[in-house]
Amino acid sequence: MENINTVRAINGNHKEAVVQIKGMKKFFGKKKVLTNITMDLFKGENLVVLGKSGQGKSVTIKCIVALLSHDEGSLKVFGQEVKGLKDDELKLLRTKVGFLFQSAALYDSMTVRENLEFPLTRVLRSTDMDMINQRIEEVLEGVGLLGAIDAMPSDLSGGMRKRIGLARTLILKPEIMLYDEPTTGLDPITSREISELILEMQKKYKTSSLIITHDIACAEITGDRILVMNDGAFIAEGSYKELESSPNDLVSSFFK
Amino acid sequence: MTGKINNVLEETGNQMQFMSGFFKNIFRQGFEWNEFIRQCYIIGYKSFSLVGITGFILGFVLTLQSEPTLKAFGAESFVPSMVAISVIREIGPVIIALICAGKISSSIGAELGSMKVSEQIDAMEVSGANPMQYLVVPRILACILMIPVLTLMADTLAILGGFTASNLGGHFTFLLYFNKAFDALTFSDLLPSVAKTVFFGFAIGFIGCYKGYNSNRGTESVGVAANSAVVNASLWIIVLDAIAVQLTSIFAYS
Repeated sequence: MENINTVRAINGNHKEAVVQIKGMKKFFGKKKVLTNITMDLFKGENLVVLGKSGQGKSVTIKCIVALLSHDEGSLKVFGQEVKGLKDDELKLLRTKVGFLFQSAALYDSMTVRENLEFPLTRVLRSTDMDMINQRIEEVLEGVGLLGAIDAMPSDLSGGMRKRIGLARTLILKPEIMLYDEPTTGLDPITSREISELILEMQKKYKTSSLIITHDIACAEITGDRILVMNDGAFIAEGSYKELESSPNDLVSSFFK
Repeated sequence: MTGKINNVLEETGNQMQFMSGFFKNIFRQGFEWNEFIRQCYIIGYKSFSLVGITGFILGFVLTLQSEPTLKAFGAESFVPSMVAISVIREIGPVIIALICAGKISSSIGAELGSMKVSEQIDAMEVSGANPMQYLVVPRILACILMIPVLTLMADTLAILGGFTASNLGGHFTFLLYFNKAFDALTFSDLLPSVAKTVFFGFAIGFIGCYKGYNSNRGTESVGVAANSAVVNASLWIIVLDAIAVQLTSIFAYS
C-alpha cells in the first residue's frame, strides 16, 4: 500500500500521485463510455472533472472504487492496481477512499446518528461507544448539523442530506474524497455553501479530492486544477482562469 | 434462441454466485443479530394476522365443502381427521408459503430494489461495509425461521376453523374434535411438512433478496423487482413442493 512511486513535477513542485489512470477504457456492451482516459490525482489537491451529463464522469470515479470494472488500461490507487484486488485488499482500500454520492445515499431506515455509526461499527468494528459518539458529534459539528442527530433522512432537505452524506464519508477519515455531482439539484445559495464546505473539509481532513461536476460555480470554488471531459475523453486541462479563455468552443461554452 | 439460452444460463450462474455469497457470509465475523431479530419481527410478527386469518378460513371452508359429501357416505366422523391430514401435509404449508411469497418476497424485493436505485447499497459497499452480511443474510435466515413458525400457527388455526365449521350444527365437542383430528396424525405427517417449509422460507427470502439486490437503475425497476420476486418465489414453492411430495412418499409413507 505504501508503494507510491509516481512523483511528478507540477509548477516546479514535486507531488505524489494518489490516483493514477493510464489509457483506461470502459464499454457498456458495444458502447464505448470511456475512451483512453489518462489522469493523475495528486496528494492534497482538489481536482475537478467538468463535463456535461452522460460524458463518462461518474463512470470514471465508480471505476476508482471498483463499483464498476474498467475494461482496458491501468488504474492505480495508492500505487495498487485496483483491478484484481482481493476482497480484503479492496475493503482496506475503500476505507481510505470516501465517496459522496449524487443523492447522498443516506440509509432511509436509520436516523442520522445510526447512519454515522454504521461505518464505524461495521467497517472499523468499533465497540467503544464513547469514541463513536465523540466522532459523530465532531463530524456533525464540522458540517454544521449537530442538531439533526436524531432526525430521519426523510425529514432533511437536499442540502442537509448532502452535508450528512459528507459527514458519514468523513467519519472514517479517508485520504481521498470522491464527489459525484455534489451540488446537483440544489439552489445556487446551498450549492455555494456545499462547495465551500468541500474546501473547508479538505483543509481540515487534509484529503485529496476528485470532484465530478457540471456546475461551473462549484468548479471555480473548489478546483485547484480542472479537467474537461467530453465523449469519454479529456479535452482540456488547466486552472479555472486558463480554461476560461480557452480557444476551444466546447471548453469555453462552460464558462458563458 | 441461442441468446435466450445464454440469458437463462447467465441468470442461473448469477443466482448460484449470489447463493454462495449468502452461505459464505453466514459464518463471517460480526453476525447482524439486531438486524436478524428486527427482520424476524417484520417477517414473522407482522404477518401473524394475515396468515392466521387465512389458516382459520382454510380449515373452515375445507370442512364446509367436504362435510356434505362425507355425510352422504355416512362418514361424517372422518371430517376432523381429513381436515387435519390435508391441512398439515399439504394445503397449510403451500397456501401459507404462497401468501408469504406475495407479502414478504415482494416487500424484500421492493425494499432492496429501492435501496439499489437510491445508491444506498453502493454506499455501503464503497464504505468498506458488507451489504450482503447486513441486508441479505438476516432477511433470508429470518424467512427460514419464521415461515415454519407461521405455517404451524396457521395449521393450528385451520383445525380450529374446521372445528368451528363442524360445530355450526353442534355435532362435535371441542375435545372430541381435537382427539379425532390428532389421532389421525403421526410425526411422519408433521416432520416432512415442517421440513419443506424451511425450504419454502429459503426460496421466499432468497428470491426477494436476489431480485431486489440485482434490480436495474430507475424507479420502474423497483416495481419489476417486487413483481418478479413474487412470481419466481411462487414458482419455486410449487416446484419445491412437487419434489418434497415425491421424496416424502418414497421415504415417509412407504
